[in-house]
Amino acid sequence: MTATLELRCGRALNDALTQLFEERDDVYLLGEDILDPYGGAFRITQGLSSRWPERVLTTPISEAGLFGVAAGMALRGYRPVLEIMFGDFITLGFDQIVNGIGKFREMFDDQVRVPLVVRTPMGGGRGYGPTHSQSLEKFLLGVPGITVVAANEFQDLRSLVREAVGDDSPVFLIEHKLMYGRPNRRPQSGYLGEFDALETSERYPALCLSSNGFDRAAATIVTYGGLVSAAVDAAVELVVEDETFVEIVALGQLLPLALEPVLESVARTGALVTLEEGTLTAGVGAEIAARVQEVAWTDLRGPVRRIAAADRAIPAAGLLEAHTLPSAQKVVDTVRSIVRDSVR
Amino acid sequence: MVSCSDAVLAEEFHAPPALAPSVSGWSIEQLYEQMVLIRRFEESLLELFAAGQLLGTTHTCIGQEANAVGVLSHLEHGRDVVVSNHRCHGHYLAFTGDVDGLLCEVMGREGGVCGGKGGSQHLCNDGFYSNGVLGSTIPVATGIALAERERRSGALTVAFLGDGALGQGVVYESFNMASLWELPILFVVENNFYAQSTPIRLGLAGEIAARGRAFGIKTAQLATTDSTEIQRVAGAVISRIRRHSRPFLLVLDTYRLSPHSKGDDVRDAVEIQDAWTRDPLHLAAAHVPSAVRSAVDAACEQRLTDAIQRALAAPPARPLG
Repeated sequence: MTATLELRCGRALNDALTQLFEERDDVYLLGEDILDPYGGAFRITQGLSSRWPERVLTTPISEAGLFGVAAGMALRGYRPVLEIMFGDFITLGFDQIVNGIGKFREMFDDQVRVPLVVRTPMGGGRGYGPTHSQSLEKFLLGVPGITVVAANEFQDLRSLVREAVGDDSPVFLIEHKLMYGRPNRRPQSGYLGEFDALETSERYPALCLSSNGFDRAAATIVTYGGLVSAAVDAAVELVVEDETFVEIVALGQLLPLALEPVLESVARTGALVTLEEGTLTAGVGAEIAARVQEVAWTDLRGPVRRIAAADRAIPAAGLLEAHTLPSAQKVVDTVRSIVRDSVR
Repeated sequence: MVSCSDAVLAEEFHAPPALAPSVSGWSIEQLYEQMVLIRRFEESLLELFAAGQLLGTTHTCIGQEANAVGVLSHLEHGRDVVVSNHRCHGHYLAFTGDVDGLLCEVMGREGGVCGGKGGSQHLCNDGFYSNGVLGSTIPVATGIALAERERRSGALTVAFLGDGALGQGVVYESFNMASLWELPILFVVENNFYAQSTPIRLGLAGEIAARGRAFGIKTAQLATTDSTEIQRVAGAVISRIRRHSRPFLLVLDTYRLSPHSKGDDVRDAVEIQDAWTRDPLHLAAAHVPSAVRSAVDAACEQRLTDAIQRALAAPPARPLG
């Protein structure tokens, strides 16, 4: 099957939004440049404003205010979907996120719900430079009261968007720029290509992949979002070049963090690698490592290895950017070093 | 009779329209009663703090009560929406009348309107919302007005902010969107000339009313603590918003007679003393027969005494689940 015949991820997201607009009239779309014919900077909202002009609101460049506007609509019973053009711009909304959206339900003693969805593309690989390439979801993980979901190209993206819009909790749906143009590949009959594939049953499922039928393997790689494909590429290379087998846990929900599939995998592999595109310090991997060692210390043969972006600004120049961000090669190298260490 | 004739209406604002506001507004006796209730409620809070019965902090609106009652006498609890800030007790009481819920909330007792989780600054009660980060409430209020407009509920949203919050950028983002989308929202700037301890001359350039006009928002400014005057103008303004579904900025020059919080006042004593001559309670009292006044005073006193007794007897806020 060639990629052109498959549903691309960007189109899957667009389909999902279109279907939701057809089904319910409490869904509104807000964002910058989302009207036709432009249809959003990444074209995810194309077609919606033509069919539902009254429910698709193009907005001024006012991210800080927009998070509040979406919150206000959600407080009064609507289900706004807010598109933030680049994930880097969520920084502008942090007061609303931390002091409003994440707190209203609890501090108002459960009298209200804030059922909004924020969709935003994170990630590099396009040479957009320091302020349009970041993966800032780790900052959201410090905000109790919100749900953070990471999309990847192997998920049922239509279901993911549907669940997010139907969720009474504020949901931050983290997409990846590189994902939009890739085919939305799904496991078939328990397999994803040459991998055994298991999906958990949560609202935002985790996808567990194994290159040897979930038998004993050298390491577990826990990742999410745009780097799931890098983990898959690395796993293929490790089988082909080294006959080393790994398991991949691709998290769907980052907050609240549910690590059962990771713990189950680590019980089989005894080694854990975390892989994220955000900067290393105080990252998602740090939180996962802390939690895994708290409950699975005796399962681990060695320290948890973290792969993340370097703690620096992401350069614009392609080679420099590639040097800064994680890659399949870094995963391969890390797993090889784990294998070497266990042999010693 | 004490009258304040220094109402300054901006050039776009015309005389009250023929159409009466949907809620007729309170009588002078009711305005007086509501203000006494708010005043004595907050004075009671300060006494409870002094007696060690309260934890945390509070921001009283002593001296500013006329704004709450004058504006909110035109709104309907259960239909309309009020978004308030850290100095929210007056707005809350004028809109909901919920003395017990607020008192227990501030005192951390069971029966608090937010279960003790919100406290003084974070209140919620059927269309009333307050939050403690200055300015942050204004985009939320704008989103609420958008929702109510889309629902065609007929609800009007009133968002209170102080002059201090005018330093926040989201306020102007919200003015822009409210005007652009023609939302039925009343922004009320209660200008008490101080941002906590900082006088307005050190924090604000230009004119407040001009900030609304810059975004194409009709604006009126009043320099009075006379509740009837505020009520009259607010009634006209609210009627206008209900008819035209457009935002409006009402600037109310006022004065906070109490400290910002509890005992943190560094303002000039002579200035404060002078402001007491414009105490909104005294201005209203002049229009209320003394027998009625005594009865109202006594009834409010009794209501608060009973509420405090109930709150003190109530168990602590329920533990977290």
